[in-house]
Amino acid sequence: MTWGLENVRVGFGHRIALDGVTVPAGPASVTVVVGGDGAGKSTCLKTLVGLVRPQAGSVRRPAKERIGYVPATAGLYADLTVQQNLDFSASAYRLPAGQRGQREQQLLERTGLAGVRRRLGGQLSGGMQRKLAVALALLHAPDLLVLDEPTTGVDPVSRAELWRLISAAAAQGTAVVVATTYVNEAARAASVVLLEAGKALASGSPDAILRGVPGVVGTAAHRGGGGRPDPLSWRRGVGWRVWAPDGELPAGVERAAPDFDDAVVVAELAAKAGR
Amino acid sequence: MWAMVAKEFRQLRRDRRTVAMMIVLPVVLLVVFGYAANFDVHDIPTVVVGPGARQAAASLRPPFHVTDVAPAAGEAAAQSKLQDGKAVVAVVTGGTGVQVLMDGTQLFSVETAEGALAKLSASTRAAGLPGAGRAGGSWVRQQILYNPKLTTSWVMVPGLAGLILVFVGTLITSLGVVRERQTGTLEQLAVMPLRARDVIAGKIAPYLMVAAVDLTAIVLIGMGLFGVPFTGNVATFALGAGLFLLVTLGMGVLISTVSQNQGQAIQLAFMIMLPQVLLSGLIFPVTSMAAGVRWISYVLPLTYFIQISRGVMLKATPISALGQPLGLLALLAVVVLGLAIFRFRRDLAPSGRRSRDAKPRDRGSEAVAA
Repeated sequence: MTWGLENVRVGFGHRIALDGVTVPAGPASVTVVVGGDGAGKSTCLKTLVGLVRPQAGSVRRPAKERIGYVPATAGLYADLTVQQNLDFSASAYRLPAGQRGQREQQLLERTGLAGVRRRLGGQLSGGMQRKLAVALALLHAPDLLVLDEPTTGVDPVSRAELWRLISAAAAQGTAVVVATTYVNEAARAASVVLLEAGKALASGSPDAILRGVPGVVGTAAHRGGGGRPDPLSWRRGVGWRVWAPDGELPAGVERAAPDFDDAVVVAELAAKAGR
Repeated sequence: MWAMVAKEFRQLRRDRRTVAMMIVLPVVLLVVFGYAANFDVHDIPTVVVGPGARQAAASLRPPFHVTDVAPAAGEAAAQSKLQDGKAVVAVVTGGTGVQVLMDGTQLFSVETAEGALAKLSASTRAAGLPGAGRAGGSWVRQQILYNPKLTTSWVMVPGLAGLILVFVGTLITSLGVVRERQTGTLEQLAVMPLRARDVIAGKIAPYLMVAAVDLTAIVLIGMGLFGVPFTGNVATFALGAGLFLLVTLGMGVLISTVSQNQGQAIQLAFMIMLPQVLLSGLIFPVTSMAAGVRWISYVLPLTYFIQISRGVMLKATPISALGQPLGLLALLAVVVLGLAIFRFRRDLAPSGRRSRDAKPRDRGSEAVAA
């Protein structure tokens, strides 16, 4: 692990926001921090970039010049044009004048923003704003790229484009950490941290998380299949999924290979049961 | 309708500042301004010079308040007292009679002085005191300096220039900074490889430049439209204005650091601007205010800027006589800007407190690799 958090605890007043969380961020790989609202994803990323101080544990990050960060809120100036936003980031990160034009053109083309250089940031669509924010964070080719929910509220096409941008950055050696509420986005990451109420419920590669699913998972056509109590079943597509922690599925429930979505739900159920 | 009323009251209760503005502020303002709003002048600082100085000083009654009696000094010395703002009225004895010089930039004091002089000359004539009844006319020659026609706009424009700058400087600056916080871009600035002082200076400098251009325009327009003279040294004026602007912009930044959104910033800015309108000496003479509220005037930057701008523009007051207002403005600038920078730096620094019970070895470590 080159960058990242290790056993980090963060508290605000009496509230513990992160409790012993480890988030690896290796070069040329994407780490996804997935969790619901209020799980501690933003705090995680803010601690990583240095906006929040940890109470315990250790944080490793490159120097400020080598970090790119997109907060969940904005990431760009709504009252500046696309070009002016680029200009500001380029000079804030002291990008040599010779490299600017080419780098900007390259990123604008990749984000499909080349035609709207003169449009105000605030007049871009939600998806375009997020793409511009990521482009701004990538402008100086950072070693560590930290993105807080870049795809939340973004249409599927723009989401795909954003992920292409993120993967391309990782392919060029950048360590990327992305927070998301979309479980399916975690499946494509090299490393996943499943966060819930400030604790990491599971972490590792998606495959490792799948292999680590305790008990067995089955599918049922109806709710509460085989008299299994409701709390351990959830809707999935047209049918239902059932989790048997003890490995014994009730009659009428067919055993199924859990996918990543199931793994996340099971991890949460297991955490609740353990509490 | 009741659903709306209940909802509105609940929202109001959350917004403590608005409630404070609606209930506490009017009471405070009424009390403060009631004591401050006073056109009556009871105290006119007066110097008396010339061979008959002692005698003349003895015959002066309130509202004249003799601050200096100098039999050896002449008219020039008396005039420089007025120019430097040490006195509003100067009585020059000797020569062909008694001459009373008055500082026309002090409208209300001069009007009061004129009335008192008329009464005084009538009573001295009746008492047959020396100098009385000369040729049946007034025993004194009165002369109003600096603003001979007591033109209100001449006195108001130098002060209004300052007031407008309070609006521009405090309000616009606070809005500009708070916008960064509201939209979350302040957070991003904190992550960028910018030094805190560069962010702060870079944030304030543009407003300083705009305000300086603004001030120049206001003064020039005031001179053009209202014929206000500019008799003094431009550099002295610029120094005073520069210090004043720093205080005003510092207040703007300070407001922004305690406001979460633009609405709060506007509320606070108004709470700071309103007292300056009424307590700075712009309208009501500071010396006429009740002692209980007068001290407020002395912590307001506009009070000192008005002394400087009126002095330099109308009276050509030299910098040597403006040491006090300039020095106090500089002090205010250091205090306000210092506080503003301190608070702003905190916004750019990492948040999250170390737990109080954490042992040193238990503290989090942050390693920044090159």
